[in-house]
Amino acid sequence: MSPKSIVLSAITAIIILVGSSSVYMVNETERAIKLRFGEIISDDIQPGIHLKVPMIDNIKKFDARILTLDARPERFLTAGKKFLIVDSFVKWRIENVRDFYKATSGDRFRAASLLANLVNDGIRAEFANRTVQEVVSGERDELMVQLTKILNEQSENQFGIRILDTRVKGIDLPEDLMNNVYRRMSAEREREARELRSQGKELAEGIRADADRQKTVLVANAYKESEVTRGEGDAIASSVYSKAFNRDPEFYAFTRSLKAYEETFNGQEDVLLLKPDSDFFKYMKSTKGK
Amino acid sequence: MAWNEPGGGNNDKDPWGNNNRGGNNQGPPDLDEALKQLMDKLNGMFGGKKNNSSGGSSNSGPGAGGFFALVFLVALVVLGFKSVYTIDEQERGVVLSVGKYDRTLEPGLRFVIPFIEIVTAVNVTNVRNAELKELMLTQDENVVEVAMNVQYRVVDPVSFSLRIEDPERSLLHAAESALRHEVGSTDMDPILTSGRTLLAGNVRDRLQRYMSNYQTGIEVDKVNIKDATAPQQVKAAFDDVQSAKLDKERYVNEAEAYANTIVPEARGKAQRMLEEANAYKEQVIARAEGEADRFVKLHKEYRKAPTVTRERLYLDSISKVYGNSSKVLVDVEGGNNMMYLPLDKIMEQSRANRPEVTSGSDADISGIADRVVEELRLRQANRVREGR
Repeated sequence: MSPKSIVLSAITAIIILVGSSSVYMVNETERAIKLRFGEIISDDIQPGIHLKVPMIDNIKKFDARILTLDARPERFLTAGKKFLIVDSFVKWRIENVRDFYKATSGDRFRAASLLANLVNDGIRAEFANRTVQEVVSGERDELMVQLTKILNEQSENQFGIRILDTRVKGIDLPEDLMNNVYRRMSAEREREARELRSQGKELAEGIRADADRQKTVLVANAYKESEVTRGEGDAIASSVYSKAFNRDPEFYAFTRSLKAYEETFNGQEDVLLLKPDSDFFKYMKSTKGK
Repeated sequence: MAWNEPGGGNNDKDPWGNNNRGGNNQGPPDLDEALKQLMDKLNGMFGGKKNNSSGGSSNSGPGAGGFFALVFLVALVVLGFKSVYTIDEQERGVVLSVGKYDRTLEPGLRFVIPFIEIVTAVNVTNVRNAELKELMLTQDENVVEVAMNVQYRVVDPVSFSLRIEDPERSLLHAAESALRHEVGSTDMDPILTSGRTLLAGNVRDRLQRYMSNYQTGIEVDKVNIKDATAPQQVKAAFDDVQSAKLDKERYVNEAEAYANTIVPEARGKAQRMLEEANAYKEQVIARAEGEADRFVKLHKEYRKAPTVTRERLYLDSISKVYGNSSKVLVDVEGGNNMMYLPLDKIMEQSRANRPEVTSGSDADISGIADRVVEELRLRQANRVREGR
């Protein structure tokens, strides 16, 4: 290899090096600042390709997308002196690259811890004025909007960070409170189960009673009707009898009496003490009768 | 970087691609420039040397010029490959031109400027899925375990790939938050029973709001509440409620069965009573008519010979009566009442008559003995009472 070619290649290398280090690219997802000897000379550099002075200018790039801070679950005290374990997350974005660089020197972890403290303080302050009920349900939207607003003021001024949203991902009760809840839930269910069973018995008793009533009424009505029918029968029979017997009441009495005698005395057990002066014994003592 | 290129040219096009992607920050324009320079410089620098090494392997004819033609050709092919992009029907290609968002490629064969424009293909038709299952508080401060499934699509590939860090994780976070919020604003009973569809709808709307706010480019198609149950610790109590519901039904069914048995039975009984009454009615009437008829007929004959008939009827009946029963004829005048009639003995006799005649077994004898003893005792008792 000739000295000429070595020189040529060295020059080429230097040109490439200088060329490549004087050009830099900012991605769509990034924003950059240009530092000259540590001084910010240009901030909020937009995506695209840009020039810089090699060796002198230093470029810092920051993620310009919406970022997530997933805070660790923490205990917070609510108004009712109850602890809640709250797991929250924050959506944030670097709004002012200059401020952000100043506050965090571009270190995202540092930014995250600063933000986490800010958010924790915010949540603590907000929760301290509210009961568990308010935190868990209804007012959550309002609470979060307010919290986001308060946090935003601070973070935008101090860190150049814009907080888009603060959300509570999980709210849990501590162990002992949880057990209380479980106990209460069990008791409520027990009550419900008892109520259901009693209602069942109530309904069943009603149905039974109704059936019994129907039975009684049916039988009674049938009795009534049957008595009427019997009465009708008796009446008809009676009129038939009287019509016949009225032809000769005396004879009727006679025959009926005889029949009655026959029906009354018809067994060995019946003992008759007789005086032989009835018609039957008319001839007992004399052939001519009395 | 430049020094590796000849090697890269001889091998595959992969190292090119790799180098290229790794060096994005330095900017593709360098490369173009470098390539041109290379073409020129290499001709002079490696001409002789390369000739030896490559000449043996392939054809020695072209020499240095041939080698560079080859390199150029390979470079051209690579450039050609790089400048053509196939976007699938399911995808959209997000084009970054030197880092800056330029355009979005629709499906089909698309052209880009190689090494300057970078394409990220994002699937926009696939329905993606996210699952989560959590214990959470309800409005009435109960705890439920809810399993949810979110189906979503990417509708804005630009936002999805450029505006937010890890959009899918953001979705999970937001989904959890939205679910908790909605569950926290609902009582437990609707969540466990009929209110799931409503809850799912609310979660979907809320989640969509979050997703739009975070510029994720995600559209939430559907939120399914797959399961909502009471936590393990209180499951027994909840199950008991279910069994209580069944018990309730059972009680009612049993009672209805009772009613269904007893009422028809009563109806049957009533029917029987009516029938019996009718039967009685028919019976009495029939009897009456029969007896009346009999009387009328007898009376007709009686009137023909009243005395005889009367006498005959009387004697018939009385003889039948006397013939059947025990009798004592007392032919004494009424003034004398000192007559002793051992009525009980007569009764006993008439009663004992039959068994004595029919059999004389030991059992009967002992039975009679018992009866005699009993009788004696009774009499004694009577005597004592009279004595007093």
